[in-house]
Amino acid sequence: MSKIKPQDLEKIRVRMARTMSLRDGDAQAKITVHMGTCGIAAGARKIMSALLAIVEEKDTKDIVVTTSGCAGLCSREPMMTVELKGQAPVKYIELDEEKTKKIFSDHVLSGKVVKEYALAIGSERVG
Amino acid sequence: MKSYRTHIMLCAGTGCVSNGSFKVKDALEREIQKHGLQDEVGVVMTGCNGFCAQGPVAVIKPDEIFYQFLSVDDIPHLVEEHFLKGRPVEKLMYIPPSEKAPVPKMGDIGFFGKQRLIALRNRGMIDPEVIDEYIARGGYSALVKALTKMKPRQVIEEIKQSGLRGRGGAGFPTGRKWELVAAAKGDKKYLVCNADEGDPGAFMDRSIIESDPHSILEGMVIGARATGASHGYVYIRHEYPLAHKRLIKAIAQAREYGLLGKDILGEGLDFDISIQQGAGAFVCGEETSLIASLQGDAPEPRVRPPFPAEHGVWGAPTNINNVETWANVPEIINKGAKWFAGIGTETSKGTKVFSVVGKVENTGLVEVPMGITLKEIVFDIGGGIPKGKKFKAVQTGGPSGGCIPASLLDLPIDYEKLAEVGSIMGSGGLIVMDEDTCMVDVARYFLEFLKDESCGKCTACREGIDVMHGILERICQGNGKEGDIEMLQELSEAVKDSSLCALGGTAPNPVLSTIQYFRDEYESHIKEKKCPAGVCKALITYTIDPEACKGCRLCAKNCPQDAITGEAKEPHIIDQDKCIKCGVCFDACKFDAVLVK
Ligand SMILES: Cc1cc2nc3c(=O)[nH]c(=O)nc-3n(C[C@H](O)[C@H](O)[C@H](O)COP(=O)(O)O)c2cc1C
Repeated sequence: MSKIKPQDLEKIRVRMARTMSLRDGDAQAKITVHMGTCGIAAGARKIMSALLAIVEEKDTKDIVVTTSGCAGLCSREPMMTVELKGQAPVKYIELDEEKTKKIFSDHVLSGKVVKEYALAIGSERVG
Repeated sequence: MKSYRTHIMLCAGTGCVSNGSFKVKDALEREIQKHGLQDEVGVVMTGCNGFCAQGPVAVIKPDEIFYQFLSVDDIPHLVEEHFLKGRPVEKLMYIPPSEKAPVPKMGDIGFFGKQRLIALRNRGMIDPEVIDEYIARGGYSALVKALTKMKPRQVIEEIKQSGLRGRGGAGFPTGRKWELVAAAKGDKKYLVCNADEGDPGAFMDRSIIESDPHSILEGMVIGARATGASHGYVYIRHEYPLAHKRLIKAIAQAREYGLLGKDILGEGLDFDISIQQGAGAFVCGEETSLIASLQGDAPEPRVRPPFPAEHGVWGAPTNINNVETWANVPEIINKGAKWFAGIGTETSKGTKVFSVVGKVENTGLVEVPMGITLKEIVFDIGGGIPKGKKFKAVQTGGPSGGCIPASLLDLPIDYEKLAEVGSIMGSGGLIVMDEDTCMVDVARYFLEFLKDESCGKCTACREGIDVMHGILERICQGNGKEGDIEMLQELSEAVKDSSLCALGGTAPNPVLSTIQYFRDEYESHIKEKKCPAGVCKALITYTIDPEACKGCRLCAKNCPQDAITGEAKEPHIIDQDKCIKCGVCFDACKFDAVLVK
């Protein structure tokens, strides 16, 4: 560490942005990998690792990757849900690493839903 | 920096640490490793979360799930379920008193919902030992603004306009104090951060330092810009080892970045900070005593004027502010005086941090806007009184605060309103008392503390409090006399009027307020020799209700005096000559058959 100037504060902020956006909870995109026993058996861990690697590689800031339980459609695992801020969540099924990469670059980064891998748009109604 | 997908914000405030949060951390890291999640899930040790009663606590980001009472045994299940499979674990969540369903998200828990964080803006959000995390949340940008865009005069004006008043007790307008120091003549000026925090049961200042030490350092450097001071001292009590350690670390990091020292941020300001530890006497928190102690003299208050602003540390102009006051400063500079002045009441702006303790479900540390009612703090945030007991009183302001009764629960809290009802804001202690509290005993207890903590310089304080304490002790022992109440009131006036500092000036508050609101309890003690709350040992007897007693022998087995006799399955009897009124039988009885009168 060396002595900093006023403009260096901004550089530190940029460098820390991904870490901090995780905590603020107002990320632009949220990707949920379904990690029930079925998902894990079908390879959800690989999908998770692939996602985290892409996030690292592309150095994206405003994206959170999280897990949730079984989505209820065990035969179509591995699955993930992509939710862009202010838009309906989209569920993707029968994923592999290649599909994950494509969904990431087309949907998460460019906002275009990858229809051929998508199961449905929207979530179940609760209650 | 790794791209973690989840941060476990585990509380490492003093309360949670003593409940084992570092053991929980080790267990978490072990299990995370076991599942190969070490590159995905990170554990961050934060400062005090505030919900100390439930500790160790953790908040999971980004999901915002709040977990409590974590133990090493819970961790394997938690890691597998939540961090591997994404299924939050209900049994580790908070369940509001008298409800059944857990509340998963932190923001939905009543304790957190009504709080507004300014001084504690970073609590639980950053690792206090990492300066970059403070900077990432806007830290030191107020300093840049004060150094590059504002003249010292404007900084002072901003603080004045904000309406910020001292959070250490007296509530003096902070901007006015800075103005006096800036105008005072002297080639060397000093700043002091008062982190003595002598109120028993209060831990606001400790928590601020533990969770966000840089907020104080930044506040002080801005203060240096405004007043022209070249050196600052943080006076912190010796009993705060964790806060002390974090402060040392923060100062070292700030120096490395050039945020302290010579030519700060290359903008030409020279200012450094050192730490002075105090031995923990209550009077050392009083500003003139503190300065004496800082210089190695006996900590006794002196006559003011001259005020420290003219004649402070080493005789130089000195600005002394409380920890929480300093922590507010960067936010005011960043967001503006108008924003700050928009929060609170007519006379008291912004928020106040309180440590809520005593007979309340959710003990802990809360930051609330000025003007919030006592009822909201005790019931909405505090969750009410445990075990279905009735609320009796709340004492604000530390040992020399007054006790406020149930009839005044709707009182909006600010400096003036609290003074009107015979109490003080003090530094933010808040003790909740239930129906089983004897108010005479409470007054006796606080006077005992104050009698011991009086430095002895002023006769009225030294002798007066002692005599008042003696009278209260006599009343509690059943030897109260007609005229005692009047004598206490008269002595109170004398102590208040003839003491140099506010220790004597406020010491009578607990007595006067309990006489004002609970006079009937004093009268029962004095005239009927009865303690209505069943607390004062000399005035109560324990008996066994023969109807309710099942003869289970549990009380007899537990009695340390062997004072309880009776055959199994027959009603028992307490021998009053042997009974020492320890209450063990009362606590042991499962049938409520032991009576206190
Ligand atoms: C007996 C006594 C104890 C005090 N203890 C403290 C203390 O622990 N912390 C504190 O900040 N102020 C304490 N004060 C108030 C200080 O004298 C002083 O008013 C305060 O530090 C000024 O800072 P502020 O304007 O930011 O509140 C105490 C005052 C008295 C009379």
